[in-house]
Amino acid sequence: MVKSNSENVLEVFELNTWYGNRKILSDINLNVSRNEIMVIMGHSGSGKSTLLRYILGLEKIKNGVIKLLDKEISKLNKSELYKLRKRIGVAFQSGALFSSMTVGENIELPLYENTDLDKATIQIMSRIKLELMQLSGTESLMPSELSGGMLKRAGLARAVIMDPELLFFDEPSAGLDPITSAHLDNLILQLRDALNMSIIVVTHELESAFKIADKITVLDKGKIILTGDKEKIKKSNDPRIINMLARRAITDPVDKEDYLNRLTKKL
Amino acid sequence: MMRNILIRFGIAGIFLYETILSLLTPPYSINLILKQILFIGARSVVVIVIAGLFVGMVVALQFYDTLVRFGSVSLLGSAVGLSLIRELGPVLTALMVIGRSGSAMCAEIGIMRIDNQIDALECMAIDPHRYLISPKIVASILCVPILTAIFIVVGIFGGYFVGVIIFDLSAGSYFQNMNDTVLNRDLCMGLIKSIVFGFLIVWISCEKGFNLHLDKSGTYGSEGVSRITTEAVVLSSIAILFSDYLLSALIL
Repeated sequence: MVKSNSENVLEVFELNTWYGNRKILSDINLNVSRNEIMVIMGHSGSGKSTLLRYILGLEKIKNGVIKLLDKEISKLNKSELYKLRKRIGVAFQSGALFSSMTVGENIELPLYENTDLDKATIQIMSRIKLELMQLSGTESLMPSELSGGMLKRAGLARAVIMDPELLFFDEPSAGLDPITSAHLDNLILQLRDALNMSIIVVTHELESAFKIADKITVLDKGKIILTGDKEKIKKSNDPRIINMLARRAITDPVDKEDYLNRLTKKL
Repeated sequence: MMRNILIRFGIAGIFLYETILSLLTPPYSINLILKQILFIGARSVVVIVIAGLFVGMVVALQFYDTLVRFGSVSLLGSAVGLSLIRELGPVLTALMVIGRSGSAMCAEIGIMRIDNQIDALECMAIDPHRYLISPKIVASILCVPILTAIFIVVGIFGGYFVGVIIFDLSAGSYFQNMNDTVLNRDLCMGLIKSIVFGFLIVWISCEKGFNLHLDKSGTYGSEGVSRITTEAVVLSSIAILFSDYLLSALIL
């Protein structure tokens, strides 16, 4: 029996996932409290984005439990899942804006599809969010006319247009210069404080993670190696975390003969 | 191999089920359907007119050459009319729509898949089947029969040009013979075929793009989009020709 706490916006219990015979995530347990910023960290291929896909219900859970805003997502039917998704926002790494629509139309889309609000109200709401993201005046531009940082902010504006209780942000800093990245970090903090959102950020950027996080979860090879506040992470004795914080590459000792065998095998 | 084929059929079947379910569930967006009618229908008219004209002309030319050997050139109108209405109109229109719109739909949806735009729709609580696929199905089922009708009418006039203007047949005999031979059943056959073809084109093209991530046979990025687009065109064309035979056998 899974014990849950209604103060948590997200609870993951014993999540295990496979891709074919390969295990991707092992024994994932995770809690995110209301109004908290949780950063999920790990190097590329550690399973961060896969975990996010399972939490969002984009992949079917075969083993484990995920409770999102107090609902167990594997037990929801399609319409219940969509109802739940109206309470969350997701900003994708690439922005995932529709290239055939203007920036304004992209941001207004969730409101047109999910509410009965009139056009004028929707446009005002869209302008408020664009203003918040410092993107005023870009409504009529096409996504192809925006820079990488602007695309991410436009994606974030679309993610928060319905004022979600819980916001997911996949790799906000990836591919951005330090100034734009810092600006996005400030935006995330503003969103939490101004709109009372709980926010889950998936990133591998240390500086950004330590700036915005209330709690950090570190993933390595599909397993959580540590969850805690910034101090706990900094004081950890785990060599994988020490290496990550020191930005040191992890190198396994290599046997020369083994190495040559692997290179020449099946030639 | 067999297992993979069965899995592919299963995936395509689930896709179809989800799409039909979304077609039967309101709300319906007229704007999205009109946008697709413009893309699949209105923007294909020119190419359909050009293709229909030349196909009608070449069919008349070939039939004239055959019929003249038997002294039955007066039957040219019937031969052109029947072949266009029953077979060439629906099939060639469908093949033109595959080349013009089916490939574009497949590539567009495939790119949306690799850029997470379909996941973004899901996360915004917007059913991608209802938002992306259903309007295309409705538009295609409406447009392909209309495009087929345009193809047939233009083809008949192409045949008229060759038979009456070039080979000096009587215009009255060309149209009267056609009128006498073409039955309601032939018109129904053309209509049913074009509706089925319109549905098949969207199902196959969109399914290929939509389920690009589930396709284990190749790469996922731009090369994956190019591969599934080619597959969609080839598969849709084969499906059209196969279902054409099945429908002809059932109706005749």
